[in-house]
Amino acid sequence: MKKYLSFFRLRFTMGLQYRTAALAGMVTQFAWGFLEIMVFQAFYKAEPEAFPMTMSATASYIWMQQAFLALFATWMMENNIFDTIVSGNIAYSLCRPVRIYNMWFSQSTATRVSRAVLRCFPILIVAVFLPENYRMAKPASPWHFGWFVITLVLGLLVTVAFSMLIYVFTFFTVSPQGVRIVFTSMVDFFAGAVIPLPFFPADWQRVLELLPFASMQNVPLRIYSGSMSGAEMEKAVVMQLVWLAVLVTFGSWLSRMAEKKVTIQGG
Amino acid sequence: MITMEHVCKSYKIAKRNAGFGEAFKALFHREYEVVHALSDVSFTIRDGEMVGYIGPNGAGKSSTIKILSGILTPDSGVVTVDGRIPYKNRMEHVKEIGVVFGQRSQLWWDVPVIDSFELLKDIYSIPGEIYRNNLEELTELLHLSELLRSPVRQLSLGQRMRCEIAASLLHSPRILFLDEPTIGLDAVSKIAVREFIQKQNEIHKTTVILTTHDMQDIEALSKRIILIGKGKILLEGTLEDIRRGDAGIDETVAELYRAYEIE
Repeated sequence: MKKYLSFFRLRFTMGLQYRTAALAGMVTQFAWGFLEIMVFQAFYKAEPEAFPMTMSATASYIWMQQAFLALFATWMMENNIFDTIVSGNIAYSLCRPVRIYNMWFSQSTATRVSRAVLRCFPILIVAVFLPENYRMAKPASPWHFGWFVITLVLGLLVTVAFSMLIYVFTFFTVSPQGVRIVFTSMVDFFAGAVIPLPFFPADWQRVLELLPFASMQNVPLRIYSGSMSGAEMEKAVVMQLVWLAVLVTFGSWLSRMAEKKVTIQGG
Repeated sequence: MITMEHVCKSYKIAKRNAGFGEAFKALFHREYEVVHALSDVSFTIRDGEMVGYIGPNGAGKSSTIKILSGILTPDSGVVTVDGRIPYKNRMEHVKEIGVVFGQRSQLWWDVPVIDSFELLKDIYSIPGEIYRNNLEELTELLHLSELLRSPVRQLSLGQRMRCEIAASLLHSPRILFLDEPTIGLDAVSKIAVREFIQKQNEIHKTTVILTTHDMQDIEALSKRIILIGKGKILLEGTLEDIRRGDAGIDETVAELYRAYEIE
């Protein structure tokens, strides 16, 4: 276990080095956040009754999403993992007494956390002091906030476990591009990264709730904004745990398969 | 002790001719060619030996190293390293070996060398005292004291290779695989690397298996040579066995390649 913590630590400190990238990211996220809220407001003004979430909850959802983007965006992947597979540098990792799956898991969790830590505070602080309709509200209650933190961690782990599948598939497909594009666009849409899940038609929602994508950012962001609580929340947490277990079991099995039949590319 | 008996390994390679039409055809029907990287390879290496494994590009040297280090599974044959089957129990096996691939890097690019070393300490669960002793010894022998605190991306190739070699020896492995460790190095670095390997073998009795195209490496390091070509072992013996008259080592080997038609 200690070796994987060391991976986490090294990756985390490495991630904190990239200050300019963080600054650029924050600017993008502010712009994107404002843009999204304005679009939702236009819809809200047209017909407030048709809105499945309150405007304030929607704004909170969007700011939280922007602040913690790095935790949940599946398109932000570890390029160096793809590089090691494509170039054959993975040979070195295989010469070490480490499980490839666990190593990559801790590594990508660390990168996501370090990125989020660098970016979230300025966004959150500014978002709290914005004018009424754009403002990020306080959490519904301390109890909600506690669950928000727990599900945030679970959501992060589900996201990482899911992207692990993409890394492992690359063992088999040689080039990561295809799998990556299909998976990431799918996740973005079904996880509520483009529009929150309550905005989907009711029939869709019933299906989407059962998919792993709903166990990522959907749960913490909606608990924070108060659009999810009680029995619905309990069910969502159970789904998170189930998907985490399923994805990790499948991923590490697949990775072990891949290690056995891997061909190292390049001389 | 390392033994390989009748080991075979082949790869499937997709092939097509040049041109758009051919590329389009390959979408529907792909032609494969089977390349025999190793066919019926057998040899034994005793503890503490230093063996040069030579042969032209594509002869099967790297495949052999990969099989011995547990990365690659052979199609058939028996491989044992100190009684272990490398690819059966990779995790147990790799604790006891050190590997350097001259054309790849194991150090983390963006952080100082010492950070990579500390990580390796945790990966191999090296006890604190052993780690400190090994680090001290390696720092002295490979002249690393100036390098340890620099980020890897700012090291020259020679400096990096010294760090790579140190990295693979921190956990005091009993066997060291060196796959072209002197590739691209200048004269000074080459000599430093050779001297170090020599010392490591003398002091710690580390078994060393070295692949290289640099015949001076072989001349300086290995008493025993295994020549491989087209996936087969062609010759085993000492440098003196194969040398004719006072021909230089490069000429001798070129002569051998020609004699076996493996150029």
